[in-house]
Amino acid sequence: MDFRFDIIIEYLPLLLKGTLWTIGISILAILFGSVLGLGVALGKMSHRGYLRWPASIYVNFFRGTPLLVQILLVHFGVVPLILGSTNAIVAAIVALSLNSAAYMAEIYRAGIQSIDQGQTEAAYSLGMTPGQTMRTIILPQAIKRMIPPFGNEFIVLIKDSSLFAVIAAPELMYWSNAMRSQYFKVWEPYLTAALIYFILTYSLNKLLAYLERRV
Amino acid sequence: MSNIIEVRNLKKVYGDNVVLRDINADVQSKEVLVVIGPSGSGKSTFLRCLNLLEKPDGGTILIEGKSLMDPTNKIHEIRMELGMVFQRFHLFPHMKVIDNITHAPVHVRKWPVEKARKKALELLEKVGLLDKANAKPDSLSGGQAQRVAIARALAMEPKILLFDEPTSALDPEMVGEVLNVMKDLAKEGMTMVVVTHEMGFAREVGDRVIFMEQGVIVEEGTPAQIFENPKQERTKAFLSKVL
Repeated sequence: MDFRFDIIIEYLPLLLKGTLWTIGISILAILFGSVLGLGVALGKMSHRGYLRWPASIYVNFFRGTPLLVQILLVHFGVVPLILGSTNAIVAAIVALSLNSAAYMAEIYRAGIQSIDQGQTEAAYSLGMTPGQTMRTIILPQAIKRMIPPFGNEFIVLIKDSSLFAVIAAPELMYWSNAMRSQYFKVWEPYLTAALIYFILTYSLNKLLAYLERRV
Repeated sequence: MSNIIEVRNLKKVYGDNVVLRDINADVQSKEVLVVIGPSGSGKSTFLRCLNLLEKPDGGTILIEGKSLMDPTNKIHEIRMELGMVFQRFHLFPHMKVIDNITHAPVHVRKWPVEKARKKALELLEKVGLLDKANAKPDSLSGGQAQRVAIARALAMEPKILLFDEPTSALDPEMVGEVLNVMKDLAKEGMTMVVVTHEMGFAREVGDRVIFMEQGVIVEEGTPAQIFENPKQERTKAFLSKVL
């Protein structure tokens, strides 16, 4: 087998550009997912049915259906409906954000519910409102416990972003596919892609382990 | 003297289990009311109804004439006047001792940070823990943690302090330091409702004692009446076990 390093070198600028998109899409998705996920989590824990039910349906839908199906729905359905035409990058960010919000919601919920009820009672007894209690007492403690599952979710999300190759979002996997089609080579593009994904997730793992020690 | 707390026909149920049935009680300003009774008598539930940590299923509670059941009264505003000290302290573990104490005055009373700090340091001195101002709660002993919890409640300058078995989670050698702080507060004229198993404290510091069993107030009177001369058989039976 002759392994052609020269085509890897040739494609490297495109692969790195794709990697930047992979990182960008993943970071935006985890950010939007974290914000939306907190809302969904609070909805799911609410005593009010009109908040709890939609939140619960949301989580069930996005966790219970394949991400690929969600991507196609957003790309060919939701985004054209709103923007008039579709856009792979926008669709990728929207689909991944919506999906990660459902998982983030469960991470928030587990984190929040792991905090002793006595903390809430102590805060209430001091005259704090439920909002103040959540913001200044519960969440700061819960977030520390959420770092490991949050890290897992981020890593899953980076790997899942490879699915966006099917809607031709120009991320890492898309350029690997392009390389394969041009040279009819399999090992070079996919091993390179695998190595880059691994470097991304491995360094993220290390970063999160460091953060966990620091907080 | 006026009643600062008035409880009428208070009822609380968990499913089929009636925890409080028809409780009537008053607390006067500057009074120390001690609530005693066996486990499961409903005494903690009664206390927790007073600041709505438990939602009553019937009856009324008036705090300074304001009904806790009236939805137009903001409950978090009423709670500002009712400090609470818990059996298991519930200090905020992510904050230093001083921040535990200043947090509510700054965020709830909207005091300037400097004013809240000054007050917190005074209170820490009062409970004998000035040197722990910058410690984290998990480095404190149980007795120290409970004294910080009392300082935290006092920082809001409440009109009433509620104590829910404040010494029950402490090692025996630490009970005294917490009771001493409570005695000082009583001397200063703080209105206190104290649920406790410390009969010595009830006798010495209480102005009035309520004995509860199975969700009702069995007997009520001065410490002398309850401890020396109980009228009800059930009170006698309980006291013979704990004294």
